[in-house]
Amino acid sequence: MITKREALAGAGALAIGSALGVNIAWAQQVETLRIFVPAAPGGGWDQTARSMENAMRAAQLIKTAQITNVGGAGGAVGLPQFINQWKGQGNSLMVAGLVMVGSLIANKSPLSLTQVTPIARLTGEFQALVVPAGSPFKTAKDFVDALKADPTKVPVAGGSAGGTDHILIGMIAKAVGVPAAKVSYVAFAGGGPATAAILGNQVAGGVSGYGEFAEQIKAGKMRLLGISAGARQPGIDAPTLKEQGIDVELANWRGVFAPPGVSDADRKAMTDLVLKMTASNEWAEICKKQDWAQITLAGDQFGAFIKSENERILAILKDLGLA
Amino acid sequence: MDALSQLAAGFAVALTPINLMWCLVGVTLGTGIGVLPGLGPALTIALLLPITFKVEPASAFILFAGIYYGAMYGGSTTSILLNTPGESATIVTALEGNKMARNGRAGAALATSAIGSFVAGTIGTLGIAFLAPVVVDWALRFGPADYFALMVLAFVTVSAVLGSSAIRGLTSLFIGILIGLVGVDLQTGQARFTFGVQELTDKIDVIIVAVGLFAVGETLYMAARRRTGKDEIIPLRGSLMMTKEEWSRSWKPWLRGTAIGFPIGAMPAGGAEVPTFLSYYTEKKLSPKPEEFGHGAIEGVAGPEAANNASAAGVLVPMLTLGLPTSATAAIMLSAFQSYGINPGPMLLQSQPQLVWGLIASLFIGNVLLLALNLPMIRIWVKMLEVPAPMLYAGILVFATIGTYGISQSPVDLALLYMIGAMGFLMRRYDFPTAPVIIGVILGPLAEQNFRQAMTISAGDWTVFFTRPLAGSILAIAAIIVLAPAIYSAVQKRRAAA
Repeated sequence: MITKREALAGAGALAIGSALGVNIAWAQQVETLRIFVPAAPGGGWDQTARSMENAMRAAQLIKTAQITNVGGAGGAVGLPQFINQWKGQGNSLMVAGLVMVGSLIANKSPLSLTQVTPIARLTGEFQALVVPAGSPFKTAKDFVDALKADPTKVPVAGGSAGGTDHILIGMIAKAVGVPAAKVSYVAFAGGGPATAAILGNQVAGGVSGYGEFAEQIKAGKMRLLGISAGARQPGIDAPTLKEQGIDVELANWRGVFAPPGVSDADRKAMTDLVLKMTASNEWAEICKKQDWAQITLAGDQFGAFIKSENERILAILKDLGLA
Repeated sequence: MDALSQLAAGFAVALTPINLMWCLVGVTLGTGIGVLPGLGPALTIALLLPITFKVEPASAFILFAGIYYGAMYGGSTTSILLNTPGESATIVTALEGNKMARNGRAGAALATSAIGSFVAGTIGTLGIAFLAPVVVDWALRFGPADYFALMVLAFVTVSAVLGSSAIRGLTSLFIGILIGLVGVDLQTGQARFTFGVQELTDKIDVIIVAVGLFAVGETLYMAARRRTGKDEIIPLRGSLMMTKEEWSRSWKPWLRGTAIGFPIGAMPAGGAEVPTFLSYYTEKKLSPKPEEFGHGAIEGVAGPEAANNASAAGVLVPMLTLGLPTSATAAIMLSAFQSYGINPGPMLLQSQPQLVWGLIASLFIGNVLLLALNLPMIRIWVKMLEVPAPMLYAGILVFATIGTYGISQSPVDLALLYMIGAMGFLMRRYDFPTAPVIIGVILGPLAEQNFRQAMTISAGDWTVFFTRPLAGSILAIAAIIVLAPAIYSAVQKRRAAA
């Protein structure tokens, strides 16, 4: 806990620091950046954190980064720790994203991402609606026509219930007037098993991040019906769902947050650092390799975005009967 | 022949001094982390991912593959010596392996496990090199309904570990299923049996259950009995290596274990645990001395050990041919491909032949290195059993605690470990078998999820389990296995009466 007095002392020290010009040097290169990853090593958030470390070090924005992983429950185990134990600390960031918004709602957690300090949205992966190569569905319209006729006849594979994949299919159903809860959603333990089910013709279609399916689509083993972006994406040879009359947009975004209760100076320092990174060539290179779309959005706009995502996801999870 | 020349080119990649070094580092590290319960190959490779920014792709994958294979060898060592499985795939090894160690045959148990792993790993790698496209095509035909049938078949194996009373054994099985169901349900996203504890939403790791029941439960039992019993120092009997009889009892289980493990490992939802159960059951049924099972039968070590290593090779089949990660470790390895800008997919073999064949060649080399590393180590490992019981069990407790904490640095896991340990003690005290609990934890949720996936796909039509040819045949086999002995003895009785 940080008392009022300590906070005042901190602010005082900071004022003296900036008066002496220390703050400026410090803003140029951060000694140690601490990154909190509310997931186990290896997943998307962890990769984001480690890629940030690499890009920032290569661009000489930081000397070193210290990454802490606290995995569990889609981030619901880590978030309380970040809120309570990292409160008010500068030079600290947490990686989180759309998945956490959903899992906090589904877990009926009293916490939400509006309780931490928004710094910036960094990357996004668009969702893809695919069918097996031999499927009779040629366009997203064929698919939704079948869905409208009888949703139980169109089993769709994806990740765990209430996750991003399930949310997208719920949004598609809602957009074309099919009750979201009626969709035959078959949850698999991750993109790998879901891909296997689609390749093996066990299901009528599937939803996952585009990257998960990209190579199968290029090899002609799956057909891409549409992606959940607002506009066509370079390198993805498919129309958006919107173009095909399904008014749905969803990006599996990832971003960074500072702990609650940080000073304005700390907040600004972190925002500047992250924005410098997103402007660097090193970061652009990593995003290209990982197939991440750069959808940088900083400051208060990002804060407003978090709020609206929270409301939107809550509504769709309610429609799916999960919240 | 094309595959042969490709493989030769692969050996040229794998046999460069630098790659040999990475392979050696990998298998050594893998053996080490395999020994520690909790710290598995997936987590280790994830922590090593940043090296992909510095090292050549071929070298990195050779390192990762070495870790993966090495962990399968290392996990069995502690299963046999300490009754503390280091990996979920080596839980079954503890059943007979630890009994063998207590009969003074620790050396033979370690040897049959190392050599069996070598045989299975080598045959499995041959399978990757020459059969991968065929196997993967066949494996993809398995849908949820077929997996459910496979799980039903695997449940039959519980009869091999039921012990003296079916009621007690089945009680243990259902306790296991209950533990397995804790956590967020995949199909509905709702938490079950978590009592508001966030950490429980991610399910209880089967390693915690196994280490709790076997290692902690056993330690408590020993501590409770110590006043009355006298110190048992386990004498080593016979030679350290396997006797002629043990060789002849081992080679068939090695081959059968491989035949079970490789195809199931290649299935997208097969896993490494199910084949070890099936192998254990097969060996018990086929053994000329089934009465030795439960008291240290070497077949019960040889078969499952071969099965888990063959399944490790099988997992690489969909990964290398389709870019499909079917285990946590494969998923992490695939993300390493991505950080090189290599997109793992159906075209991987065509676009990166050097990398893929170099990796396959290094698997052969890794197997040889692991055998060379593990056989001489047996001499040192068995010395561990000369440690006086109080110190040995204290050591096991420390080891189990550290390992469990390593899974996710969560104090909740430690509380669970000791609660399950206390349950293990009570079960042991009142003569309930503990192995069915493990089978329940692993198979219960698998069977449930596959059943519900199948029912969603068929829109609620339960006849899919009989109309699909694969599911129907597997269920028929399961029915025959269960009913045949009863029918056979009924017919015999009638004949005798007539």
